[in-house]
Amino acid sequence: MPTFVQMTRCDGCGQCVDICPSDIMHIDTEIRRAYNIEPNMCWECYSCVKACPHNAIDVRGYADFTPLGSSVRVRRDEEKGVIAWRIIFRNGKKDWDLLAPITTKPWGSGYPELKNAPSPSQEQRDSQLLFNEPKYIRLDDGGLHTLESNGLSMKEGVYY
Amino acid sequence: MLTTNPFSELTAYIPAGVMQAYVVLMFIFVAGGTVLDMLHKKSAKYFFEHAKRSQKLAKRKLGGGEKASLAVKVLTNEVMAAAEFANPRRRMSHLLLMYGFILFVVTTAIMIFGYLGADSKTPVLLPLLWHLGALMVCIGGYWFWFSIRVDVSAEGHPWYKVERDDVFILSLLATTTLALIWSFLQAVGAAFTADIFFILFIIAATVLFTTVFFSKFAHMFYKPAAAFNKRVIWADGSRERLPDIPDLSSAETKQRFPDIPKYMGENPPNMGLGINREPPQHY
Repeated sequence: MPTFVQMTRCDGCGQCVDICPSDIMHIDTEIRRAYNIEPNMCWECYSCVKACPHNAIDVRGYADFTPLGSSVRVRRDEEKGVIAWRIIFRNGKKDWDLLAPITTKPWGSGYPELKNAPSPSQEQRDSQLLFNEPKYIRLDDGGLHTLESNGLSMKEGVYY
Repeated sequence: MLTTNPFSELTAYIPAGVMQAYVVLMFIFVAGGTVLDMLHKKSAKYFFEHAKRSQKLAKRKLGGGEKASLAVKVLTNEVMAAAEFANPRRRMSHLLLMYGFILFVVTTAIMIFGYLGADSKTPVLLPLLWHLGALMVCIGGYWFWFSIRVDVSAEGHPWYKVERDDVFILSLLATTTLALIWSFLQAVGAAFTADIFFILFIIAATVLFTTVFFSKFAHMFYKPAAAFNKRVIWADGSRERLPDIPDLSSAETKQRFPDIPKYMGENPPNMGLGINREPPQHY
């Protein structure tokens, strides 16, 4: 869901311009407010949403997420480590509050201590697998997980 | 220089009535331009529609006393201390510009309307405040122009890239800078050069006050109203359609959002400043 700026709330501070990894948030030269110059290229990372000190940036909900025309507003609380959503339908009859965690540890404390990890053996160095790959794709836990090994199968056609 | 009324010497060749008429004319331009600006942008229409829409989502109705206390808070925080700015540098620059401009304009008007007669003696404080106001505008304005404004600080444009909407800040800076130069030249006795700078000062001031339609001058009038409306929206519970962030360790939150205790524990710790750990300066 690409982001867009509510121009009346924006004060043109430029924090979204600074943070946008796609470089698509820019300042309008006439009214000096931020806007998303290319929503098609938005990664939907919501960096701008959390950077905006005035909560001026909203998301445009896809039709399979919320009916068209709904108000979808987001607030990230860094200190509490949660993101909250509020969705209000166009006719105003539905008013949802949603809350989800965005971190389980204090910011900056969850980095792996890679310098303490044992060095790879010569056999590991010669292998095609990357560092920690057997562990992360669970090759060391009875081989690669597949649909068959999990008792699943592909169905034909499109299904929901 | 600092203690003499720079306008009193002008009475030798510009009648006081002409100067007073010029001030009145500029005031009319500002008032008319502001009204035109509001009509063009439909600010008032949007403002009342927005207030009405927010009222529908209000959880409670605010009393008269509560609204009055909010209005006082708007006056002391948003208007007098520019609290809306999240960036402290921008806030400081805005305060310098605002108070400097008020001092400059008010003392200009007092000196032109009250102390231009041949026998009238201008109190020392007035020219002192006039110079101080112009200096404050210069400090806040040049700081803003060269380093704080978003085109330079976030967009990475060079300071000399000028857009049409820069007419406000540039003519304001030109007005105060030229006023200071004019006053200085008058004090050192360079009459001819002083007259040239006086003409430039008047041109800059005329541009400043007549281009109000294309500038941000009108914000002095509608920003306080918008700030008051914003405070009302947060006080009555509609929260600008933003979600509430509850206390994460309360039983009600845990029951309503079971993911919180499941992934963050029974009493989630303070996670720290996150994105706010460093200022946004990545250019």
